[in-house]
Amino acid sequence: MSETLLDVRNLKKYFKTSRGLLHAVDDISFSLDRNKTLGLVGESGCGKTTTGRAVLRLIEPTSGEILFEGKDICKLSANEMRKQRKDMQIIFQDPFSSLDPKKTINQIISEPISENKIIRDKRKREDRVLELMETVGLAERLINTYPHELDGGRRQRIGIARALAMEPKLIVCDEPVSALDVSIQAQILNLLKELQEKMGLTYIFITHDLSVVNHFSDEIMIMYLGQIVEKAPTEELFTNPIHPYTKALLSAIPIPSLSEKRQRISLKGEITSPINLPDECRFAPRCYECVDHCRSGIPPLVEVNPGHFVACFEHV
Amino acid sequence: MTNQEANEIILNIRNLKVRYETQDGIVKAVNGVDLTLRKKRTLGLVGETGAGKTTTALAIMRLVPNPPGVVECDKLEIGGQDILSLPEHKLEHVRGNDVSMIFQDPMTALNPVFTVGDQIAESLEIHEHLSVKDAKERAGDMLELVGIPRERANEYPHQFSGGMKQRVVIAIALACNPQLLLADEPTTALDVTIQAQVLELMNELKEKYDTSMIMITHDLGCVAEVCDEVAVMYAGRIVEEGTLEDVFNRTMHPYTEGLFNSLPNIKDRKAKLKPIKGLMPDPTNLPVGCSFAPRCNYATDACLIAQPQLRSISQTHRIACTAYDNPEFHIERRIL
Repeated sequence: MSETLLDVRNLKKYFKTSRGLLHAVDDISFSLDRNKTLGLVGESGCGKTTTGRAVLRLIEPTSGEILFEGKDICKLSANEMRKQRKDMQIIFQDPFSSLDPKKTINQIISEPISENKIIRDKRKREDRVLELMETVGLAERLINTYPHELDGGRRQRIGIARALAMEPKLIVCDEPVSALDVSIQAQILNLLKELQEKMGLTYIFITHDLSVVNHFSDEIMIMYLGQIVEKAPTEELFTNPIHPYTKALLSAIPIPSLSEKRQRISLKGEITSPINLPDECRFAPRCYECVDHCRSGIPPLVEVNPGHFVACFEHV
Repeated sequence: MTNQEANEIILNIRNLKVRYETQDGIVKAVNGVDLTLRKKRTLGLVGETGAGKTTTALAIMRLVPNPPGVVECDKLEIGGQDILSLPEHKLEHVRGNDVSMIFQDPMTALNPVFTVGDQIAESLEIHEHLSVKDAKERAGDMLELVGIPRERANEYPHQFSGGMKQRVVIAIALACNPQLLLADEPTTALDVTIQAQVLELMNELKEKYDTSMIMITHDLGCVAEVCDEVAVMYAGRIVEEGTLEDVFNRTMHPYTEGLFNSLPNIKDRKAKLKPIKGLMPDPTNLPVGCSFAPRCNYATDACLIAQPQLRSISQTHRIACTAYDNPEFHIERRIL
C-alpha cells in the first residue's frame, strides 16, 4: 500500500454568478500521506471550505483530478461514489446546525450505518452506536436524547461519532472547534488526536486559527483567494515563513502571554473580490513587499526547501 | 482612597445580581459582581459562554429585558451618577452619550435600511443636538477616524465587509465621546488580520479620547493586547481579578489556570492540551459551594460547603478560592 492517501491535481472550482465567474478554488495541487494531518488555513473567502468539500465531491469540482488511493474519484459514477464515501467523511463547523433536530442521537449516528447497509440488524446497530458513543466520550444514557438537549461540545462529539461510523480513512474537519469554548475546544482536539493515533486516520483540518493548527497539523497549507501561497511542514512554516501573507498572518495571532512583544505586520485593506480576477499575484493589492513584476502573472508554487513550497515572485 | 482617586472612578458596581425567571426555572446569570473601573483604564472581562459576561454589560446599560430578567444591585454608578434610580427617559440620555456598547456581531448590529452615515449621525442629533447637516459632517469625520473614506457615508451596511461594518459600529459607539465603552466580543466574528486592524484601531482611539473600556472576550490573546486589568468570570461570579501581570504571570485561581492550559502553546506544539474536565454548571441549579469545585482538580470537601468570597492577595490582585485557606497551597502553571 502506498503512503500517499490523497493526491489532488489542478483542482478548480468556479461558481457562476451574475457578476462573472467566482474563482473559489483556482488550480491547487497537493498530496497527503496516510495517518497525517494537513492544516488548511486562510481567512474567510479564501476557498478552504470549498476545497474540503470538493475533495469529497460534496460539491462537484469544475476540473482537476482527485486521486484517492490512486483512483480518480472524479470519474466515479454516483453509485460508486456512494461506496467510496465510506472512506471519506466530514465533520462540520457548526454543531448546532449540522445535526437534524428531529432525530435522536441513536438515529443520527446509526443513519450512515443503516443507509450503507453495513449492519442490518437493529439490535446490533444499536450496539455499534453505543460503541461509537463510548469512543467519542458520550455517556450511554444520552442515546435517546435530541441534539437541542446537549451543549456544543457534546454535539460536536455526535458529529465525530457520525463521521467515524463508516470507519473512514480520511476525515475532512471543517473548523471543528471554532464554535466551542476554549476548555471544550481542548477536549475535542485531544479526542481527535487520540482517534487518529488509535484508528490511523488521515485529517484535512480546515481552520482560521493558527495556534490550533500549529498544535494539530503535520503540514500546513496557507490559502489566499483560492490559491496556495505557501505549504510547509508545521515547524518549518512557523520558524521560517517566507510568503509575505504568511508572515502577516503569523504576526497577527494574538498570543496570550505578556513576555511576547512582537513586531506586527499590519495588512492594508481586505481580501479582494474573487470574481473575474486579473492574471497577477492574488495578494499583490495588499502586499507590503509588492514590486512591479508581481503584477506580471500568477506566481508558481516553487519548492524552496525540502517540502516547503512558496508562491511568490519576490522571494523565490 | 483619596478624593482625587475617587473622582477618577468611571464605573462602580456593588453586588450586581441578575436572574432570568423562565418557565424552566430561575437562571442565575450574575451572582454578586463588584467592579471598579478607573478613567482611561481597560478591563478585560473573560470567561466562557454562559459565564454572565454579556449579562453584566447589559445590566450596566440597564438593557436586561424585564421580564424575564430581574436585576438587583446595591450600587451602579457611571461617572459618579447613580444609574439604578434613573427613569427610562433619562436613561436614553446616558446610553450612547455616557456609555455605549459595541456588539459582537457587526452583521446584525446595524440597521440594513439606513445608510451608515445616517446611523452615525442619529446619536449625534439626539445627544449633541446637532443639526442634520452638522451631524452628517461629523459622521463623515467619524468614518475617517475609523479608516473609512467619508464618501462611503451614503452606502448601506450590506455594501461593507465584516471588518468595515465593525468599524462603523465603533464609529457609532464613539460618536458622542462616551466616558465608558462596553465592547462585547468586538473581534470574535472577524478574521485574524482584520482583527489585528480593529484591535489596533481600538487602542488608538482609546488613547485619543481617554475612554475607559470594558472588553468582553473569551480570547486571552486579545486581552493581552488591549487590556490593563482582567476579571475572570465563572458561573456569574468573578473568580480572579487583577492587573494583566497579576492574572497572566501570577495566576492563582484553578479556573484561570485551566483556561490557560486549554490553549495550544504556539511555542511548544508538542505540548498536550490540558482541558478543564466536565462542563459549566447548570445556571438554574448552581452548586451550594464553589461553582467550579465539580471541575476543579484541587477541590476538597471544604470547597463543596460554602461559596468562596473574593480575598485580596495584593493591592491589585483578588481571588475567590477556598483552597488558599491552606497557606501552603499553590498551583503550578507554565507561563507561556
